[in-house]
Amino acid sequence: MGSLQSSPSHPDYVDLAEKTGFSLEQISILHKRFKQLSHNEDKLRREHLDQITDLQANPIREQIVEAFFDKRNFYQDIEEPVNEINFENFLEVMSNFRPPSDNLSEEQLVKVRKEKLRFLFNMHDTDKDGTITLEEYRHVVEELLSYYEALENETARGIADAAMLEVASITRGHMEPDEFYEGITFEHFLKLLEGFEIESRMSIRFMNMDTTTLCKLECRSE
Amino acid sequence: MAGLGSGTSPRLAGFVSLSLLVFVAVISASPDNVDGANETLRRPSGDSLEDSHHHPRNSTEHRKAFPVLAFNYEHVSKPFVISLWILLALLMKLGFHLIPRVSHVVPESCLLIFVGLLVGGVIKAMNQTPPVLDTKLFFLYLLPPIILDAGYFLPIRAFTENMGTILVFAVVGTLWNAFFIGGMMFAVCQIEAAQVGHVDLLSCLLFGSIISAVDPVAVLAVFEEIHINELLHILVFGESLLNDAVTVVLYHLFEEFAHEGTVTVGDALLGVVSFFVVSVGGIMVGVIFGILGAFTSRFTSHSRVIEPLFVFLYSYMAYLSAEVFHLSGIMSLIACGVIMRPYVEANISHKSYTTIKYFLKMWSSVSETLIFIFLGVSTVEGPHNWNWIFVIFTLILCLLSRVLGVVGLTFIINKFRIIKLTKKDQFIVAYGGLRGAIAFSLGFLLTDTEKKDMFLTAIITVIFFTVFVQGMTIRPLVELLAVKKKKESKASINEEIHTQFLDHLLTGIEDICGHYGHHHWKDKLNRFNKTYVKKWLIAGDRSTEPQLISFYNKMEMKEAMMLVESGSAAKLPSLASTASLQNAQQRAPPKQRAIPSISKTREQEIRKMLRANLQKTRQRLRSYSRHDLFSDPFEDNMSEIRFRKQRVQMERRVGRHTLIFKMETAVLLSLQSSEHKVYTYDESESPRDGAAPETSPDSVSLLSESSQRPGQSSRMKKRGDAEQGARAPDNQEEQQKLSRCFSDPGPKEEEEGEG
Repeated sequence: MGSLQSSPSHPDYVDLAEKTGFSLEQISILHKRFKQLSHNEDKLRREHLDQITDLQANPIREQIVEAFFDKRNFYQDIEEPVNEINFENFLEVMSNFRPPSDNLSEEQLVKVRKEKLRFLFNMHDTDKDGTITLEEYRHVVEELLSYYEALENETARGIADAAMLEVASITRGHMEPDEFYEGITFEHFLKLLEGFEIESRMSIRFMNMDTTTLCKLECRSE
Repeated sequence: MAGLGSGTSPRLAGFVSLSLLVFVAVISASPDNVDGANETLRRPSGDSLEDSHHHPRNSTEHRKAFPVLAFNYEHVSKPFVISLWILLALLMKLGFHLIPRVSHVVPESCLLIFVGLLVGGVIKAMNQTPPVLDTKLFFLYLLPPIILDAGYFLPIRAFTENMGTILVFAVVGTLWNAFFIGGMMFAVCQIEAAQVGHVDLLSCLLFGSIISAVDPVAVLAVFEEIHINELLHILVFGESLLNDAVTVVLYHLFEEFAHEGTVTVGDALLGVVSFFVVSVGGIMVGVIFGILGAFTSRFTSHSRVIEPLFVFLYSYMAYLSAEVFHLSGIMSLIACGVIMRPYVEANISHKSYTTIKYFLKMWSSVSETLIFIFLGVSTVEGPHNWNWIFVIFTLILCLLSRVLGVVGLTFIINKFRIIKLTKKDQFIVAYGGLRGAIAFSLGFLLTDTEKKDMFLTAIITVIFFTVFVQGMTIRPLVELLAVKKKKESKASINEEIHTQFLDHLLTGIEDICGHYGHHHWKDKLNRFNKTYVKKWLIAGDRSTEPQLISFYNKMEMKEAMMLVESGSAAKLPSLASTASLQNAQQRAPPKQRAIPSISKTREQEIRKMLRANLQKTRQRLRSYSRHDLFSDPFEDNMSEIRFRKQRVQMERRVGRHTLIFKMETAVLLSLQSSEHKVYTYDESESPRDGAAPETSPDSVSLLSESSQRPGQSSRMKKRGDAEQGARAPDNQEEQQKLSRCFSDPGPKEEEEGEG
């Protein structure tokens, strides 16, 4: 994928469109953006994403950037550690944010939900062991609260603790005092966010028209 | 209601209230005559006495006896009548709920109109003139409370997310309705048989503009009871609010030109400009007053009692100021409420917040009731000019244009929405387009009497049809179509965390994708709000408080309230178990309020307890992780606690176990709950902590510094004395008490069920 020209009939695109569900125009626009971010290289690295100035103000940017380099989010198996990704991987991650298409059956909707929740779960589960432990959850809350200057550790901990308790009570019901709750597994996570309507909430609008040139081209201004 | 025994008493109550209503109606109607009679009688005498002998003043032969008991009604007649009407309206409202089956089938608005009809009929039968729904009364006194209530409690997230859709429905939809109905009615009027050939195009368009607007009062009244999902509710309701601008402009435009007779292109252009001026101007007025209100509330820390008044007055001023310039008062009021709310709520005390909430609900409830009753009365009053063809066609065209408008617009809108509107949604939106009192009042304002009567009749018919037929059938239809209902789940801290997480995540993804979308701008607005606006409008440190924390606080408070209200039966140890319990309970029939009312002081105690809940959370968490929580500096940062306003303290205290509230009285929760287990957890005694680590909310309240329960406190102290635990030393006694309580020895549960 060397050329910047994005012809909709590019054979790779058709392939990608099938895999990820994006339309051809969307893929070509995203490809343009990919090139912009990676300075026309084939592979995208973490530094490239870190250069986006808008992202600097985001409290969870670390996890967002990590999500692009998380092998659990890719279809094929890539060896850890992942330091650079190609366009296909980029698209794979992005496809988690596609709005569900209109005429999906019930099972397909459930599948979409599961995929999106899986993505979220992977974002929280930073040590990749399959459960979100208390520490990891605390980290999430702390990051969210770091958005505000007055961060107090106790506050974050309190909230995270209460949140864990809630999960425990939802999934395990009443617990005996000496039982341990190891961490949130994926099933518990699913149950937790059951009423959350994630399929509609975790979607952004992917443009069919090219607006990338309108945004700041931070990549160029080093 | 069980059985016949209790069945008869509601009916009796209903009878009594009905007769009272009639009585009042008669009284209100008759003083006019009584007045007149008294006047003539009194004039020669100078004052009213029951004395039958009126001696002229200049006669000093007989001294008048001092009137022990006098009857002077005219003096108070006006307020008396008004109060009686309001009282009766509310008694009616009460009465409906005593008759269970009826209130389940028929929405309250219908019943109220029906009552109004009855009353109007009675008054008319006695040849009195019933009070009519005066336009001034309606627009200046009855409508603002309802709109303010709606605007202040508007769900902002849903509203802004669907703003585009709402605006399209409100503006384009109403325009379409107005012109379609107006135009078609003109065509209908041309039919010879109707004998309404005198109605010209402009009048028809005027009529169309009056009747095309969806009415917020009616929508609120009906939709409130059917609990549909938030999206549909906000769509219909938002549309009813925002179409006010369109209605105002169209109405004035056509009214102006109805006299002229013709409309030029220039006039039409001016109309378009006027629309923007009216809507944007109205919003600006609202924003200005909202900011003023928020700013004022920053300084009210010393006069808490008048805080609610500021909210009400600023909002009302916003409405009136907008009306002065013929801008859209409704939009101004909504904007004022929306802008003011986040800042005011951060500044005012909890009591003031509750006061505002309840006053708004109260006023809007009264207004709504009065509006519907007056609507019924006015209907009977007339004058009517019933023209079969006109009315029937109006009705049909209204329905038709609504359906066509909704379907057509949705087709276009769905191309831009992420979550498309389904056919079911469209049906509900179309069916929910109720007309109400605004249309009636606007029609009442018309000056041309000849057509006015006919128009009024048609308007009333449409209103009746929409409120009765559509209002009554919408509930079974919602069930039939299995439309998604409002989510009953209580707010969960996890969902809130994830809502915020998603916000940031999607903003980040948008940044990576490189396009400035919805989330990007929202994020920018939030940052602007945080860095600049909040510093100005929120007092003290609360300006830096994260939303997650305030959410958490609110949630805790709510849970504690529910905890107390549900009475003793439930053991509600920890916050999360409370959560699950609440979750479970919400499916069940609504909790009975074991405690009829909760004084404000109890609320404070509950707050205290909530803080304690957090600790229990932490304590309980001991069992969660194999990681060592013992070393947690659980009790650290005591120094951060300040004795400031209660709210500040409360908000600061997330994660801490200290509650430094001054409690005015000590209604200990132990009174309420029968089973409480004192959470006996102490780090230094891990081995003993095998049994029931249930926490007792009461343990916290027991530590209140209330003087009224010194016995309890000292008892707790005694118990707590044994353990110091790893609690950090406190400056405040209460904190120590608290920590001692939690470091209570012994794994056994302690019942605090005494009274």
